Amino acid sequence: MSVPLDGIAVTSEKATWTGKLREKALDALPPERLLPDRQPAYVASWAYVFGALTIGAFIIVMASGAVLALEGPAWWHSSNAGLFVNSIHLWGTEFFFMFMVVHLWAKFFMAAWRGKRKATWITGVVAFAVSIATAFTGYLSQQNFDSEWIGTQAKDGINSTGAGAFWNVLNFGQMLMWHIVLLPLVVSLIIGLHVLLVRRRGVVPPFAPTQAQLAKAGLSLGGAAGLEAPTPGAEAPADPSPQVLPGQAEPPQQAPPPQAPVPPEPPLGQVEVAEPTSSQPTLEDSSLPAPGGSGIETATQAQGPEDSLWQLPGDGS
Amino acid sequence: MSATNPTGKGRAHRRFRPDRDVVEWQGAYRRYDVVKEVFICFLVVLVLVVACAIVFSSPDDPPVTVKSWSSAAPVDFAQTAMTELDGTSATASYGPPYTDAKGVSQKLGPVSIESAVGVRIPINTAQDFVLKPLATLPDRPVLASALAEYQGASAAQKASWDSAYEKVVASATFSNGQLIVKSGPYGPVGALIDNLVSMARTGALDGALLASPQLYATNYTNPLLFIADGTYMADLAGLRHLQGDQWGMMNETGNYPGQAWLWLYTLWYQVPPMNASSNGDVEVWAIMMLLTLALALLPFIPVLRSLPRWLGVYRLIWRYHYRSLGPDVLLQLPPDP
Repeated sequence: MSVPLDGIAVTSEKATWTGKLREKALDALPPERLLPDRQPAYVASWAYVFGALTIGAFIIVMASGAVLALEGPAWWHSSNAGLFVNSIHLWGTEFFFMFMVVHLWAKFFMAAWRGKRKATWITGVVAFAVSIATAFTGYLSQQNFDSEWIGTQAKDGINSTGAGAFWNVLNFGQMLMWHIVLLPLVVSLIIGLHVLLVRRRGVVPPFAPTQAQLAKAGLSLGGAAGLEAPTPGAEAPADPSPQVLPGQAEPPQQAPPPQAPVPPEPPLGQVEVAEPTSSQPTLEDSSLPAPGGSGIETATQAQGPEDSLWQLPGDGS
Repeated sequence: MSATNPTGKGRAHRRFRPDRDVVEWQGAYRRYDVVKEVFICFLVVLVLVVACAIVFSSPDDPPVTVKSWSSAAPVDFAQTAMTELDGTSATASYGPPYTDAKGVSQKLGPVSIESAVGVRIPINTAQDFVLKPLATLPDRPVLASALAEYQGASAAQKASWDSAYEKVVASATFSNGQLIVKSGPYGPVGALIDNLVSMARTGALDGALLASPQLYATNYTNPLLFIADGTYMADLAGLRHLQGDQWGMMNETGNYPGQAWLWLYTLWYQVPPMNASSNGDVEVWAIMMLLTLALALLPFIPVLRSLPRWLGVYRLIWRYHYRSLGPDVLLQLPPDP
């Protein structure tokens, strides 16, 4: 479609590749989902912080590696400043892996692949594997005893797979280029894709109690707890419409705060895992509101004690 | 709640499976600032990293060079050089990708991938580690004569000389800058090894071993393989707790964490049958490939994908959420048909 504008035919954005790409990108990741300023109330645990800590460490590793690259691979052996930057690079890597492993375990325990989030899980595992290769080439590029010992030992395993014929761990030039160009590029792309998928699919919801579990606990559907639960064996749509994602169903800002769905501050001593409120999650502690406080919003304006917390869309993947 | 497809289209409905499907959240939301979180996390990690860098620094033990090796352990160097010359060293008998030695490639069942790939980094240890470097030394008529005699001899004659020198070098000593061996019928081999030791101790052999003919060299395959064929570097590694049976390369020099993330890979080398198998490397790699693949495809693997629900650690992670539903719900959650 063309729109005349002062005698110039302006092509509709939908007719261009750029316009189509922009439209698809905005559909998949609207700004409020890409950079969210709210999360479902269940996102309330220190376990959620380790993904961001991993990214923080990754930034430090990349930045310190870039500084090392400024002076070349031999700089840090003969300069105190270089040694310090190399130490930053080393410890950044150690923390990067520590945080990444905790993040991976946390996501495993949450079964974070549920609900069309399989690709998020897979990209996370791939990022972990490629990061190991990146760190390994870093150790091979140190030009010291560790490098030559690790290289001469590792060659046997890599040769046994046939890969050593092409990827020679004793070739310093090859390993250095993989370490500072190819693998960081791959890790950056995979981590970027992983983060975009996290934003696209949202944080996986908790396991929902089923009717049987609720009945055992003396609760009922739509009862005082404000629950609605899946029936064991209930039919779920195999090809659902796009999921209702955190931040997708924006409530009007003037919506009245809900009463029932707000997670109350746990009474001390009520449950065996009770902890002081000060140990509660995430870096948003200071904004964690009191029950019914203004810091918590509902997804739908009509929600109240009798409304459901969950909606059942199924997996569909 | 409705279990039907709200769009009314798509494939046939299937059962809700708690390890694959989710009940999407329609409840409360809380304030959150993703940029602030990442920024604060960055600052926290930066403080930790800088503190560790200041307190612990980073290890940098100097590498073993051919010069340092032959200076510190000239007899070990001479004995190793002899194995390179007669083709009995670890590198000479390695097989693909370095040599065409038969029957030494690791196999996984009936398959040897390294044999299938073939020799792509060809190394002739006698030529590349001994004879060609010696030929670069100028103004040494005795050496030139020895080289010509050795290279012009028949294979049987070479083998005879090599064997004779192997016997005497086993009890060699080093004194006043000279390798001292008993006399024997080893022809020019004694002169070759003497000159190679001398060349190595000057540092000239380090450069001569580089695979690249360019001035700017970056491929250290030859000197590293030569050094690794001796016992000197391995002994140093043992003192630093870096040997394979000491959890090997996941460690690093000094008291540093090393590549702790390789613990599982290294673990397999410590347990039978891999720790005594001639195919140990390919077996360990096969295990790790399978485990990595399984980890990546966990969402598709029945039983394994149910582990999180059965283990119940999620109740701790989402404890505040479940508490909001009532403590009984928290306690009753895991066992469900």
